Amino acid sequence: MVSIDLDRAAVDFPIFDAKTRSLKKAVLGRAGGRIGTESKVPIIEALRDITISLRKGERVALVGHNGAGKTTLLRLMSGIYEPTRGRASIKGKVAPVFDLAVGMDPEISGLENILIRGLFLGMTRKQMDSRVDDIAEFTELGDYLQMPLRTYSTGMRVRLALGVVTSIDPEILLLDEGIGAVDAEFMAKARNRLNELVARSGILVFASHSDEFLAELCDTAIWMEHGTVKEHGPLREVLAHYKGRDVLAEIEAR
Amino acid sequence: MTTGDDRAEDVASVDPFATDPSNPRSWKRAFRDIGLGWRQRALWGYLGWQDIKQRYRRSVLGPLWISISMGVIATAMGILYGALFHEDIKVFLPYVATGLLIWNFINGCILEGSEVFIANEGLIKFLPAPITLHVYRLVWRQTLFFLHNLVIWLLLVIVFPQPLSWTVLLAVPAFLVLGINGAWITVLSGILATRFRDIPPIIASVTQLLFFMTPIVWSYERLKSNPLAAYVELNPVMHFVEILREPLLGQEIVWRHWIVVGAITVVGSAVALVCLRNYRSRVAYWV
Repeated sequence: MVSIDLDRAAVDFPIFDAKTRSLKKAVLGRAGGRIGTESKVPIIEALRDITISLRKGERVALVGHNGAGKTTLLRLMSGIYEPTRGRASIKGKVAPVFDLAVGMDPEISGLENILIRGLFLGMTRKQMDSRVDDIAEFTELGDYLQMPLRTYSTGMRVRLALGVVTSIDPEILLLDEGIGAVDAEFMAKARNRLNELVARSGILVFASHSDEFLAELCDTAIWMEHGTVKEHGPLREVLAHYKGRDVLAEIEAR
Repeated sequence: MTTGDDRAEDVASVDPFATDPSNPRSWKRAFRDIGLGWRQRALWGYLGWQDIKQRYRRSVLGPLWISISMGVIATAMGILYGALFHEDIKVFLPYVATGLLIWNFINGCILEGSEVFIANEGLIKFLPAPITLHVYRLVWRQTLFFLHNLVIWLLLVIVFPQPLSWTVLLAVPAFLVLGINGAWITVLSGILATRFRDIPPIIASVTQLLFFMTPIVWSYERLKSNPLAAYVELNPVMHFVEILREPLLGQEIVWRHWIVVGAITVVGSAVALVCLRNYRSRVAYWV
């Protein structure tokens, strides 16, 4: 059974070395979450009062301005943060794709990095061994796969990471924006693989600023603002309210 | 809030929070963390091994480099202090070397243990994993170093034969006990250090002091006549070193040390478990 249930969940970050306690909420509140100064240690309320229930088959877009809490919400859903208030229940294997570079060791070869990245994403050794040829072929890195990662260009590293990340079998796939620093031709190839990955996934939550990408992969949306859920419904409506115009209609017209 | 009436039955039928303990400060989650960490041994086993290979990458001597650097220190200290204390090299050199390699394991666990979560901040914030994963990796890495350095012991025992007997087999459970203690110290100091950053430097100072208070470069037997020597027994590390050094050198097994170590293991593990239960979920916030 695959599910994500958040019940009035909140994420509060304690700030231990903040010297000044008299920060005006208005100054910083505009971009980020609310700052609470009542307790002895100042905290930042990154998320509050989040109540969301997701089930298998849902493809959810996550939209909102920078600092609204999208990444924090993804981390809450992945289990990296357990809620400081409220409850969270996540069932199923989570594959978080937030930063393509994390877990990569520049000193070891591309092939070894594939193995490690896969292990980090919850695959077993056997599963990775059976997929490694497929990934190697997809990345088009050839002999470079035997070379240490530090000899790779940024684009090559992204290709390697994308290759691994799209080969897993996630029950819950959480994608954070910013996974597209590759050349256009490769991106087209990666898009198909990404679509296949999403089709294999139980639940998808995708944070992005790209309307086309969201329209292609998602059918519902959550709009985050100042750490709370402002709206949660069908993609078309939420995007229209968020952007102020019917974005989906524009995309379909193209 | 959620769309589609066809899913209404799904949501209504089962309360997701009924079976899952939603309280982060629970024993169930603490033990689940430990179990899950163990099950991911393919990952931390591989990473720990990579940590070792890292040390001798691009070096001419390869893995021998680790053993040799330890060997040079052990030999130098053995000869120096042997001359200072008028000890017989045939006995003293293996004594110092074995003591040193055990100390390196304990020291490594304590020092790196206090920084284990701080050092893995990136991984903790980007990948959901049991925090004990990092603990296992550290203890495994220290174990691999110890095994590399054991070559020195082997060499010395061949060059300067020691009265080894069946008791050498006790080295295996002794080492396992050391490993368990390495783990609980790592959990306790690691969690506290993420909250109070003074802890790693304080621990570093204390371990430096402990080195001189532990009979590694000086012989406890020699000083037994001195009434103050009994205070050495208050140093917990001394007992850990003894339970592993005695079997490795064929010395008489003093069971008193095992009892002290046993007590420390039980109490320490209990305290670390409580700390794990209470603060496991806070590590991601504190780090």
